[in-house]
Amino acid sequence: MSAPTEVASANALAIEGTGPVDIERQRRVVAALRAVLPAHCILWREEDTRPYECDGLTLYRQLPMVVVLPETEAQAQQVLRCCRALQVPVVPRGAGTSLSGGALPHGAGVVLSLAKFNRILEIDPLARTATVEPGVRNLAISEAVAKHGLYYAPDPSSQIACTIGGNVAENSGGVHCLKYGLTVHNVLAVRALTIDGDVVEFGGRSLDAPGLDTLALLIGSEGMLAVATRVTVKLVPKPQFARAIMASFDDVERAGDAVAAVIGAGIIPAGMEMMDKPAVGAVEPFVNAGYDTEAEAILLVESDGTPEEVEEEIERMKAVLAGSGATRLTVSESEAERLRFWAGRKAAFPAVGRISPDYYCMDGTIPRKKLGAVLRAIQKMEVEYGLRCANVFHAGDGNLHPLIMFDANDPDSVERAEAFGFAILELSVEVGGTVTGEHGVGVEKINQMCRQFDRGTLDAFFAIKRAFDPPGLLNPGKAIPTLARCAEYGKMHVHGGNLKFPELPRF
Amino acid sequence: MQDALDELTERVRAAAARKGPLQIRAGGTKDFYGNAPRGETLDPRPHAGIVDYEPTELVVTVRCGTPLAELEAALDVRGQMLPFEPPHFGVGATVGGCIAAGLAGPRRASFGATYGGVRDFMLGAKLIDGRGQVLSFGGTVMKNVAGYDVSRALAGSLGILGLIVEASVKVLPKPVCESTLRLELDEATALTRVNEWGGLPLPISATAWHGGKLHVRLSGADAAVHAAAVRLGGESLEPEQAASFWRGVRDHTHPYFAVNAPLWRLSVASTAQPLRLDGEQLFEWGGALRWLRSNMPAAQVREQAVAAGGHATLFRGGDRTIGAFAPLAQPLLAIHKRLKAEFDPQGIFNPGRMYESL
Repeated sequence: MSAPTEVASANALAIEGTGPVDIERQRRVVAALRAVLPAHCILWREEDTRPYECDGLTLYRQLPMVVVLPETEAQAQQVLRCCRALQVPVVPRGAGTSLSGGALPHGAGVVLSLAKFNRILEIDPLARTATVEPGVRNLAISEAVAKHGLYYAPDPSSQIACTIGGNVAENSGGVHCLKYGLTVHNVLAVRALTIDGDVVEFGGRSLDAPGLDTLALLIGSEGMLAVATRVTVKLVPKPQFARAIMASFDDVERAGDAVAAVIGAGIIPAGMEMMDKPAVGAVEPFVNAGYDTEAEAILLVESDGTPEEVEEEIERMKAVLAGSGATRLTVSESEAERLRFWAGRKAAFPAVGRISPDYYCMDGTIPRKKLGAVLRAIQKMEVEYGLRCANVFHAGDGNLHPLIMFDANDPDSVERAEAFGFAILELSVEVGGTVTGEHGVGVEKINQMCRQFDRGTLDAFFAIKRAFDPPGLLNPGKAIPTLARCAEYGKMHVHGGNLKFPELPRF
Repeated sequence: MQDALDELTERVRAAAARKGPLQIRAGGTKDFYGNAPRGETLDPRPHAGIVDYEPTELVVTVRCGTPLAELEAALDVRGQMLPFEPPHFGVGATVGGCIAAGLAGPRRASFGATYGGVRDFMLGAKLIDGRGQVLSFGGTVMKNVAGYDVSRALAGSLGILGLIVEASVKVLPKPVCESTLRLELDEATALTRVNEWGGLPLPISATAWHGGKLHVRLSGADAAVHAAAVRLGGESLEPEQAASFWRGVRDHTHPYFAVNAPLWRLSVASTAQPLRLDGEQLFEWGGALRWLRSNMPAAQVREQAVAAGGHATLFRGGDRTIGAFAPLAQPLLAIHKRLKAEFDPQGIFNPGRMYESL
């Protein structure tokens, strides 16, 4: 998404911490921070803080009151103690690539950038671990350990830019999750600071830690529980060899059934991605990946491992896909060809960006068996909202990324795009899925959380927040909706007391 | 089943009203684990059965009172399994106890991130909290970052946050081929080898060393298992013999565990040198789990575990009053106390089972 828009257009309900900066308050907070940080680590003039006004979700923008860039853990600790004493909200920030507004600043708060925490502290090839500061980029870890034949498995599409600290905050995924897991499966330990500035070690060098699994709570907590200062990740051996199959289908539902058939046959592919016809149509002229532009959907299915293992698995997968009605099957014959297959998938977002002024990427997860029904519903919504939509899908995990095409310079188009997106999220919940598979709730999907969880569960989330952050100053207003917000959202969206799909159980 | 759930909820509400402690206990196969249980018994076994099982979605939703063996049999029929290979310390083991204890078997540490611990496969859970509310966390899909990941944190929570009444768990297909090798190696060499192998693309799904013998299990495609077997060498076990060996390590029926001395579980960095502690040892998980049968003072065992990058649990036998689990650092304990107070304000669930103050 490119063009700027004002904060919270169609989201309608106010987001905490939006509004102009209070200059008097800013002066006081800057003065207090100067006592604990060198002057060059504090930004407060508008020309310096403006670049921090949004993250990867540019629909929402808010000028921060102050931005700090500490250089040491001790400084970060002082920043937190200072903010705690003055009751100032703190928004931790990595590379700012969040797609859900997780790092949207608080107008009366401090953005705590971990950008200067960018050192790789230790690589232990024998133990297959790396300990890094949170500002180290995801891909930089894999590059640093490549000489040992190892890599860090989670590979979000922003991996060249996003940081491991942000990955921990969002529990980031990627295209290889089905086989290799999410961030939570690949992080052993996080050293973090509480809002009181206390250092806490979550997890450890062992595979489990005494007490409750607080590490599992911390990962994916969107910067609301503690601020990471050090992350120990697991590294895995690089597969010797990989091949990919490209399969065409003349019907999206048949393609969805083929995904289930592969898994039903006892195969866990290293990656299994689907693209529908509009997505293929956008990508092929841009990348020339060799995709079948006549197909209603294509599947990319990858096998990795030893050459013998890959040959065996490719044959089994080909048989299953052919039996599931694939109209064309192409197996990569070289590494160059395999990479070309993936180049198309990886270029899907920019390719859609070429055919539309802007696009809005959604992130619902659904049970795979509902894929056909959901894609058909999305096709109907295209008519209803008057906007085109291309679908790319981490089919193996059921994680759908509809790309809604709109024009950010047209307020009506923006509003329709958001309404379209939220309708997809609500449908995801209705079919038994979730409003976010890997991008996080942030500010973007906070209203839809009211649909996914009942009040008791939402209150339990607030209880966890209080247990970690008693004053509620870490990234406040994100991810969990208050009772008042859900009540208002309910009024806006339930027409005449009728919910859509009344026969479906709600969570 | 709603009746069983309502009855459990009622019991919890009544206990909360009179601030009366409850010990959650189904088959009682893990009574030995953790600090001594206390309070009136709350038996969740009436709330049993598989709610939903979709093999092609790789997920099963199951009620807490379901016998673990029954769940495993249902998965087996469809060629699938629980990827964490949980122990059965008796025939009465249930799914709820398996998750609350959070103990995984030999498959815990394996090639890549294919397998893992109980927490790694938790997708969703329902919990009766200390107010008698039924809360629903997570869901049934593979990728879900909506809300804090409470269902994973319930694995290993020993019931201190509430009664886990239902869980949705990711399952995996059983490997096409498995093979177990036995190699004669001393402990230090075995530790070096298993860690080196961990860095290579080998389909190792379990390792166990004891008394100069290292057992290695390979799981995966035929071709991969056979190629790895040739590469690693050693003697190959018959399938029946191999299955019985791994079951013995998993369920502690292996003769090593029969010795009459307190059993310590040391979860450490896989590369830690052989521990200089008196008593017989057996290691699993590529060196990351060391079992110790020893009468040594707890303080010494715990100190060594910390030096080895981990922690020691007094797993079975010995004097539990010293605290079964390694103590927590102050700020982390404070978070635990607040979590406990939020989920269980009257302190009724398994008080003291994990730590005296929780």
